[in-house]
Amino acid sequence: MNSLTDIEVKELSLRAEDIRESIIKMLTTAGSGHTAGPLGLADIFTLLYFRVLKHNPKHPDWVGRDRVILSNGHCAPVLYASLAHSRYFPIEELNTLRKFGSRLQGHPHRESLPGIETTSGPLGCGLSQAVGMALADRLENYKPERYFYVTIGDGELNEGQNWEAFLHLNKYKLNKIITIIDRNSIQIDGFTEDVLPTESLRNKFESFNFHVIEVDGHNFRDLYTAIGQAKSTLEKPTVIIAHTIPGKGVLEFEGDFHWHGKSPNKDEAKQAIKELRTLRGKIEKE
Amino acid sequence: MLNKKLFTIKQEEKPTREGFGEALLDIGKTNEKVVALCADLTESVKMDKFRDAFPERFFEMGITEQGMSGVASGLASCGYNPFMASYAMFSPGRNWEQIRTTICYNNVPVKVVGAHAGISVGPDGATHQAIEDIALMRILPNMNVFVPCDAVEAYAITKFLGKFDHPAYLRLTREKTPVILNDDYEFSFGKAIVMQIPKKDFKNKVGIISCGPIIYEALKAAKELEKDGIGVTVVNMPTIKPLDTKFLLRFAKNVQAIVTVEEHQIAGGLGSAVAEFLSEYHPIKIARVGIDDRFGQSGKQPELYEEYGLTSKHIVEKVKSII
Repeated sequence: MNSLTDIEVKELSLRAEDIRESIIKMLTTAGSGHTAGPLGLADIFTLLYFRVLKHNPKHPDWVGRDRVILSNGHCAPVLYASLAHSRYFPIEELNTLRKFGSRLQGHPHRESLPGIETTSGPLGCGLSQAVGMALADRLENYKPERYFYVTIGDGELNEGQNWEAFLHLNKYKLNKIITIIDRNSIQIDGFTEDVLPTESLRNKFESFNFHVIEVDGHNFRDLYTAIGQAKSTLEKPTVIIAHTIPGKGVLEFEGDFHWHGKSPNKDEAKQAIKELRTLRGKIEKE
Repeated sequence: MLNKKLFTIKQEEKPTREGFGEALLDIGKTNEKVVALCADLTESVKMDKFRDAFPERFFEMGITEQGMSGVASGLASCGYNPFMASYAMFSPGRNWEQIRTTICYNNVPVKVVGAHAGISVGPDGATHQAIEDIALMRILPNMNVFVPCDAVEAYAITKFLGKFDHPAYLRLTREKTPVILNDDYEFSFGKAIVMQIPKKDFKNKVGIISCGPIIYEALKAAKELEKDGIGVTVVNMPTIKPLDTKFLLRFAKNVQAIVTVEEHQIAGGLGSAVAEFLSEYHPIKIARVGIDDRFGQSGKQPELYEEYGLTSKHIVEKVKSII
């Protein structure tokens, strides 16, 4: 994997702002949902869907695809927006989020929407499913390589099932699973280190025999390099601890755990979109 | 249908889990999509033969019932047919939400195999006696629930599950129990099976509906009741879900009362399933034999059957009490 060019970084940055705007709009229309996590993950998802993944939106079940497993299912808006902007389904459909009859369920449902690999929402379940997929991949000895990108929230690490899955990853040396921890340091009740101290994450993962990379989750170049390093590490699986800012892109939301689990009202959305567009304008001029 | 050696000196005994283990090996030979996962109980749940024959398709997950459910779900979403086993108390006991979300709501064909179910597991005591598992699995959309009455039926159901493309729960038991069915028994999905009909046309007609090895007690009770002039038809219900409602409706119209018999809480199990359906579509007198809102305890199987009212004697009393 080569590193990203300036033009690529610019394109990704613009795309990420579009995805953020979609997230704000869909949450406001829905009237409920999670804001901080999806905004914080927007850069990671943009990079995955528009640069990293081998996938085919016209054939979402294409057997050779890489898979994204959103274990932190409450961050569904960032997944939905990424899928829509990749043309898995019309962008207008994002406005049906959380509404009766919608394919965009409050938390992702595998059978409802093309491009959804696993049902998620109850926390801690995603990595185990990726383990099963990677074991299937190994049984089939599938070529060329397929990768399994799993995003897990840092608060989600409270769930014991994750640690069962980390043991499984180590046992089977499933190097095609690239685990991305969204280290935004908040969860519903407050800061992660107050609710249930999680540090030192690096030491924990290293003691589980992972290759650990810490990276700025908003820096496309560093993220891209980290994924490249993960792919070229064959002897053990990689965990990328991506440091992100919850609510990234909207000053009022950034870093405030109160925005973990609520959606913006119309005025807040208006202000947020104004900010995002100002930022977008600056990027365009660069 | 019934094994000719049953109720003779030559009566054979074999645990249902052994029938499962033999069938798993056999379906593994012909279907390479069959994989097995276990949570540190491989010999207990009789996956050892499969493990030895197909080591690359066997996954020792360690004591991680919740993680194992997710791994099985992932394998199933990639076209495999995973059988995942532990003691029923721990799977589906401990990992219910994972089964609900990642197996049933995902709608992937994982086979949850719960071994050592019921109080018959005995000396281990209440912590290891799963008597709520049928209830836990029966209420889940997309889930199918199977309870074999002996090793022959366990073999037949497992073979069926080798080709079954939906989530399923298979309930197994630890103890050796009578071989009730003939070797040539063929399992029919979702169908009740009449095991025994009265020798003549009695004035009093009662139906006993049962599942699992405890049906042996029901068969014994039927013999006793005939001596007292009560004609009993004994029905085996190996598929609890989907329930054979067509049969139930027809059957209920031909008997005065129905007694259900199971080694499970009377709340939520087979008896509940039967009562729910009939109370709505053909109300009839129903009595349920099972464990009545209690935990189990240590003891030998006969002692526990006596204490919890599960012997043929108790079934006889129950039948007489409602006609």
